[in-house]
Amino acid sequence: MTAAAPGLHVQDGFDADGPVIEVRDLRMRYGTVDVLKGLNFEVRPGEVITLLGPNGAGKSTTIEILEGFRARSAGEVSVLGVDPAHGDERWRSDMGVVLQSWRDHATWRVGKLLQHLGEFYAPYSTPSRRRPIDTGELLALVGLADKAEQRVGTLSGGQRRRLDVAIGIVGRPRLLFLDEPTAGFDPQARREFHDLVHRLADVDGTTILLTTHDLAEAEKLADRILILAAGRIVADGSADALARQVAGRTEIRWTRAGERFVHSTDDATPFVRDLLNEPGPAVTELEVRRASLEDTYMEMVRRYEHGVPGDEPVPFEGVVR
Amino acid sequence: MNLLPFRLGLRRGLTAFITTTTTREGMVQLVIFNAVPLAVLILNRDEPLPGVGVALSASMLPGMLTLITAFGVQVIAYYLSSEREDGTLLRVKAMPNGMFAYVVGLATVSSLDALVSVLLVFVPAILFIVPGVPIATAGFWLGLLGFLLLGLLACLPLGLLIGSVVRNPRTIGGVGFVGTMGLAFLSGLFFPAQALWGWVQVVVQVLPLYWLGHGMRWVFLPTEAAALEIGGVWRIWEAVGVLGLWAGVALVLGPVLLRRMARRESGSAVESRRQHVLQRT
Repeated sequence: MTAAAPGLHVQDGFDADGPVIEVRDLRMRYGTVDVLKGLNFEVRPGEVITLLGPNGAGKSTTIEILEGFRARSAGEVSVLGVDPAHGDERWRSDMGVVLQSWRDHATWRVGKLLQHLGEFYAPYSTPSRRRPIDTGELLALVGLADKAEQRVGTLSGGQRRRLDVAIGIVGRPRLLFLDEPTAGFDPQARREFHDLVHRLADVDGTTILLTTHDLAEAEKLADRILILAAGRIVADGSADALARQVAGRTEIRWTRAGERFVHSTDDATPFVRDLLNEPGPAVTELEVRRASLEDTYMEMVRRYEHGVPGDEPVPFEGVVR
Repeated sequence: MNLLPFRLGLRRGLTAFITTTTTREGMVQLVIFNAVPLAVLILNRDEPLPGVGVALSASMLPGMLTLITAFGVQVIAYYLSSEREDGTLLRVKAMPNGMFAYVVGLATVSSLDALVSVLLVFVPAILFIVPGVPIATAGFWLGLLGFLLLGLLACLPLGLLIGSVVRNPRTIGGVGFVGTMGLAFLSGLFFPAQALWGWVQVVVQVLPLYWLGHGMRWVFLPTEAAALEIGGVWRIWEAVGVLGLWAGVALVLGPVLLRRMARRESGSAVESRRQHVLQRT
């Protein structure tokens, strides 16, 4: 992302190079139940962050607090330089929320709805950030160009979801929230959606925070992954870094003289070197597989949801900041 | 002042009205809903009302128009409640100035609903069916317009109040319909209210419906028809006062309740209601 001119910072109301999201000791309590027990994290401009965690870990609560839809119990939160509890309409215009829609605006026509919702952003258009995105352009971007005249209620589940995404980005947001965006997508729609997310992040410099249950998706999209378990962030890092930190062990498979072998080790390189240098029949079909994000995730959630004595987190070295 | 959110609300209401009425269900509803009162008028076209010198149909027309306006309460409450359930409210909440435009849109679509229905009954009625409506006087048109507007002002905020409190749109559809019809019955829209018990008369005179009906009858009927009213006189200033009071109270309370309701709106709230509905069906 290129740095904006200094004058623009003042005009846009927040420091474009500072963190887009800043969370310090965020706590949430419903009645006597602590759902969030002190979250700390930062999101920088242009980053794509995935929030992972089992159901009930507090993902939705966290996102809703950041969106300004839910009041927190304690802690400091700043989104686009503003406390979401006091965000005004201009602040609202700078972010997009992709909702898990259900059946709203069912009688409206797709193009008309998108155009109507886009008009809300017109007063916040600036030369550097023209708003809203043209309806035709946007429909083409999400692959609904031929559906403009159709009623929203007649769209299929996947088409409907893409319309949700289009509505989320119609105001060309700086920050985009995506809550399980590809639930119910077929593989092709999923692939197209991933391309769209990459384009938003790379071309428009949009900062994106998304939740998903699809670990492959998280690995593919995210610059950084936050794992939320039992109300705490138990891991914060790239998919690679997380995999290295946790499961640690690498699996090596090979074939020699028609026989399959499997070996697990902490350090694959010397083992493979030795293996290939051994005299005897040649090694074929060599396969080195590091722990996947899924292994990492399962391991982290297991450690935190069970077997943490006294509810005190045992930080993973170098993973929790 | 920035008028854009207001304009967006008006356009939103207009689009919502057109998209709803151009669906098959919307069309059927509009036709049936207005065919019933027209049929009743036709059946009682020339039947004289004993003692007053107007046709029975002429005495019914103001009550029908009142009832149509009063259904605005139910319409707007239903819209609000069901659009909270289906996520529309959350969608607009995520837009800058969305909630304001949304409420303006709701008022617009509900007013259009009521006004189009009023026209669909009123125009054929005065042209072909009901004799003796004083359409040649300016006072009639001024009075009609005034009471329609005042009626909507009193009814729509009341509907917003109900819609923001009652969670289930199906309750509003069912109980709302029966309740409005019952109240219309007790408020003398179908026959003079003094035929009912005294305490009922006291209660309905606190509510806006009786007074809207009273005002409408005053607009449509000759002076001597006052004999059929409670007390035997026209009480126009009281009617304007009570309706104005209801409009005022609801306009003050409405935004407070709406804000409270909107504050609680979030993705998980919509999702839990969705689960609830899916279990029910």
